[in-house]
Amino acid sequence: MKVKFPRWFYQLASPKWFYDISGKLLPWLIVVTVLLMIVGLTWGLVFAPEDYQQGNSFRIIYIHVPSAILAQSCYMLMAVAGAVGLIWKIKMAHIIAKCAAPIGASIAVMALATGAIWGKPTWGAWWVWDARLTSMLILFFLYVGVIALSSAFENKASADKASAVLALVGLVNIPIIKYSVEWWNTLHQPATFKVTEKPAMPSEMWIPLLIMVLGFYCFLAVILMARARTETLQREKRADWAKTVIENY
Amino acid sequence: MTPKRKQRLIIILALVFGSSLAIGLTLFALGENINLFYSASQIASGDAPKNTRMRFGGMVVKGSVERSTDSLEIAFKLSDGASQVKVVFTGILPDLFREEQGIMAEGRLDEQGVFQADEVLAKHDENYMPPEIAESMKKKAEAIQ
Repeated sequence: MKVKFPRWFYQLASPKWFYDISGKLLPWLIVVTVLLMIVGLTWGLVFAPEDYQQGNSFRIIYIHVPSAILAQSCYMLMAVAGAVGLIWKIKMAHIIAKCAAPIGASIAVMALATGAIWGKPTWGAWWVWDARLTSMLILFFLYVGVIALSSAFENKASADKASAVLALVGLVNIPIIKYSVEWWNTLHQPATFKVTEKPAMPSEMWIPLLIMVLGFYCFLAVILMARARTETLQREKRADWAKTVIENY
Repeated sequence: MTPKRKQRLIIILALVFGSSLAIGLTLFALGENINLFYSASQIASGDAPKNTRMRFGGMVVKGSVERSTDSLEIAFKLSDGASQVKVVFTGILPDLFREEQGIMAEGRLDEQGVFQADEVLAKHDENYMPPEIAESMKKKAEAIQ
């Protein structure tokens, strides 16, 4: 069986091509991110109605839910990139995986912190050891583990391999986070966004939330590209194209 | 796909499936212990240990809240739909505490089957709505009744 992908798909693996195309895409993505964030934040924090039970403290959902979704998406991205790098020995995949780890870790911290800030006024506690919160904390530790492992090796190739393996082993945590609220009794409420159903809130509440989620995804793309560009230059510093880029900077 | 790549793909799939299986079996074995709290039925049927620290969760039964007039003591019943268990607590309740609201209490079950709580946390669900809509839904529900 031989599957043929379009040309640009194979070109993704070329560091030079990635550097060129991401340089062109980045300004547009930044504009889109800023627009989505401004619209989502003002709509969510100012114009969206308050909740009948929680009042205004519910508005932290517009930061908490996007960051929680993104922390998991970023992990999946990192693990898949790691697997692609391991199987096809593609340099770019390892660069993406390496750059995704610190971003994911910071977003996971944001999800945990906003969750704690939300938990205090509504539940009455900053932290509870329920299945959802604990599995989210484990996600953060996995990110930290991947970062530590990838910087523990002198040799870049071994570092990439080891951290990709750890990322793949940790992948099992993602469905646990997702279904923890259904499998066990937790203090945390069930998911806000479900694939199969309409969200259990009126549209003037969930549309800004959706905009924030999209804004966060674009934000991830921006930061990831920016980091990956630097990492690419660093790794390719002996290639002619990279030398020209650095000299002309 | 070259044989070498195919082999690496199989190894990686085996790695992911193997670790998922191991974690899955561990969680399955831990089972109930991962639950954050016991339900009212579990306490009523005697599954919950007495005189050990544990957590108990359920809905506050309508009309069961009794406040003391001269102290912060409060008594209420929690239910899971099937059974009801009385809870006694002294202290400040979270803002979201109200009748028919999900609550989690931490404390001990005494010999009389009363739950002596020293901490009460409020649970909320994912059904967010503006106050006006909540108000009109309440009115509709009353009209139907």
